[in-house]
Amino acid sequence: MFRRTISAVATAVFTLLWAAPPAKAGATMDAVLARGELVCGINTGFIGFSYPNERGEWKGLDVDLCRGLAAALFGDPQKVRFVPLTPSTRFTAVTSGEVDVLFRNSTETMLRDVTLGLRAITPYFYDGHSFMVAASSGINKAVELDGATICLLQGTTNEQITADFFRRNNLSFTPVVFERSEQARDALKAGRCDSFGSDVGNLAAVRLSMEDPSAWKILDERLSKEPYGPFVRRGDDEWYDVVRWYVNALFQAEESGITAANVEQIAASTNDADLRRLLGVTPELGKALKLDPKWVVNAIKAVGNYGEMFERNLGRNSPLGLPRGLNEQWTKGGLIYALPMR
Amino acid sequence: MARASEGTAALAAERRFATEGTAKKRFGAALAWLRANLFYSWLSTAITLALCYLGARVGLALVDWAFASAVWQVPSGAEGADTSACRAPEAGACWAIVAEKYRFILFGTYPYEEHWRPALCVLVFAALYAATTWRRLWGKTLAVIWVVGATAVGLLMWGGIGGLSLVPTERWGGLVITLILATFGLVSAFPLAVLIALGRRSSLPAIRVLCVVYVEFIRGVPLISLLFMASVVLPLFLPDGMTLDKLLRAQIAITLFAAAYLAEVVRGGLQAVPKGQYEAADALGLSYWNKIRLIVLPQALRIVIAPLVNTFIAIVKDTSLVLVIGIFDLLGAGKMSAMEPAWQGFAIEAFLFCGLIYFVICFTMSRFSQRLEADLGASESR
Repeated sequence: MFRRTISAVATAVFTLLWAAPPAKAGATMDAVLARGELVCGINTGFIGFSYPNERGEWKGLDVDLCRGLAAALFGDPQKVRFVPLTPSTRFTAVTSGEVDVLFRNSTETMLRDVTLGLRAITPYFYDGHSFMVAASSGINKAVELDGATICLLQGTTNEQITADFFRRNNLSFTPVVFERSEQARDALKAGRCDSFGSDVGNLAAVRLSMEDPSAWKILDERLSKEPYGPFVRRGDDEWYDVVRWYVNALFQAEESGITAANVEQIAASTNDADLRRLLGVTPELGKALKLDPKWVVNAIKAVGNYGEMFERNLGRNSPLGLPRGLNEQWTKGGLIYALPMR
Repeated sequence: MARASEGTAALAAERRFATEGTAKKRFGAALAWLRANLFYSWLSTAITLALCYLGARVGLALVDWAFASAVWQVPSGAEGADTSACRAPEAGACWAIVAEKYRFILFGTYPYEEHWRPALCVLVFAALYAATTWRRLWGKTLAVIWVVGATAVGLLMWGGIGGLSLVPTERWGGLVITLILATFGLVSAFPLAVLIALGRRSSLPAIRVLCVVYVEFIRGVPLISLLFMASVVLPLFLPDGMTLDKLLRAQIAITLFAAAYLAEVVRGGLQAVPKGQYEAADALGLSYWNKIRLIVLPQALRIVIAPLVNTFIAIVKDTSLVLVIGIFDLLGAGKMSAMEPAWQGFAIEAFLFCGLIYFVICFTMSRFSQRLEADLGASESR
């Protein structure tokens, strides 16, 4: 009796598992529209990119990118659900369909793009390795750190990058390795090291936790390439297009001087053919993506163009105080380059 | 040797004087005790004084940090809180982060206007625990109370009916997540644990092997890898378009983990029940389940109250590991509360606040188990 029950249960479980329909590619776009809500994977907590405020609302560049995409899809930046993901769960969440798109300060690399069942899309933030030093030290270039003691984090690529840089330039340095950023910060504050080497996003966060952030500066050089971009599931070209051209439109809007404040007015008055297309006065772009012709207007109105998002979350007047650097428009010496939208 | 006898003599003297009860004599006894134990040679005097000095220094510094120089409140403007008072070099603990963020630490990213719902859930949990400690309710009544309580928690948290807005589980967080994971994890793990413990002692080889494999497998891997299995590996095997809720997956992992550990504790109790009890039950002609239910389990569980509660307390704290799969429990929310630019660097104060809540929960459980042991053991004091 008992055994029969067990075998019956086991059979039922196995039938349920094996009789599942085969995986079907594509259709994310349809699923998102049917759901009426975008599901966006974000960081569980990274200053400037995604973090909750005291009311439990998500803030940051990644969060704004999600809100803008929701506005482009539904005309409402609130129609988005945030799923906080850790480094080890982020890519599985995309491939398993738990999230529609990943805006989670994730570096794009060839193997991630090719082997993980993902598609990496236009990078929206160029991070990289740099050094933080005391503003009073007078150091402006990495080569001036010859003989310095440098705080580094254990098991990061930053350790390797620093060693390679000093070897290549025939310079010497003494590494002091810590497990966590806070320990490195305290060592830096106590003068145990002259500099802290890490990715700029992390350095800016550490600088903020200092008693006087303005007493510390981050060198302008970047010793490594960490381009952060969105990821979507492979094999779903329609959805890939939407995310790709949404990011592109944010870049283009900044280049064309379209802001959250003036977007409506420009849309109503412009005679420029490119702008009329971009802002949906003539509907071909939205039609190509099967979106509302006003998709760009809705996104810009909700979160601003790329430059506005950057300044609000990371830029010189935000607490993080990062210069645009590589994240400046191509017309001003940066890497932000929108493909023509026509 | 001489010292020991002196100490004993002083203690005896102290006791005698205490019963006589005059303050002066008590003072004398205390002095005698001090001399016998702390100042009996120049070396011990030196060590005592040095330790007193060190203790006073550390204690004063701690009091100064935690109270005297602490910052309790900071002004908040349109740009958010202004934490410059906390960043002043002479400032002590920045309790302002708790004042500003306690709602976030308790309820996470749950919609701000709806915070009364998780708050009510915490109260429901407290009521459930209180009802459980009341032994007159044990039995069917308690089961009904738990079903009603669990349903209320579910309805309040999810909403979606009766005018409550629907709140998906990704937005749940803080203390209420810790309570949900620990409570429902333990409540569902316990019956499972009893079955597994019985299965391990079963005479049917298939069941016995199955239970042994289960316990050894789950105990052989850390909880963190079970959580990763549940959150990373499991979704890949689910059919396309079917996703199990992340919180539910974590809940299942914690339940399976707790069941394996509890099963071993229960098995210990089963083995401690004398063989004669089993045989007497058989002689009475009781069926297997009646024998277990009426004779064996009541005795077995009473024996293992202390290790059971020990495991319960461990599991409550283990739930904080869900942080690694992106769920904000109490500890995770505490960590996140210091993530905002203005509050960078004040995580310690938030962690202390979380630690206090954990302590209250665990200490209450520990006291309850002591009372339970005393109550249940009263009839058979050996």
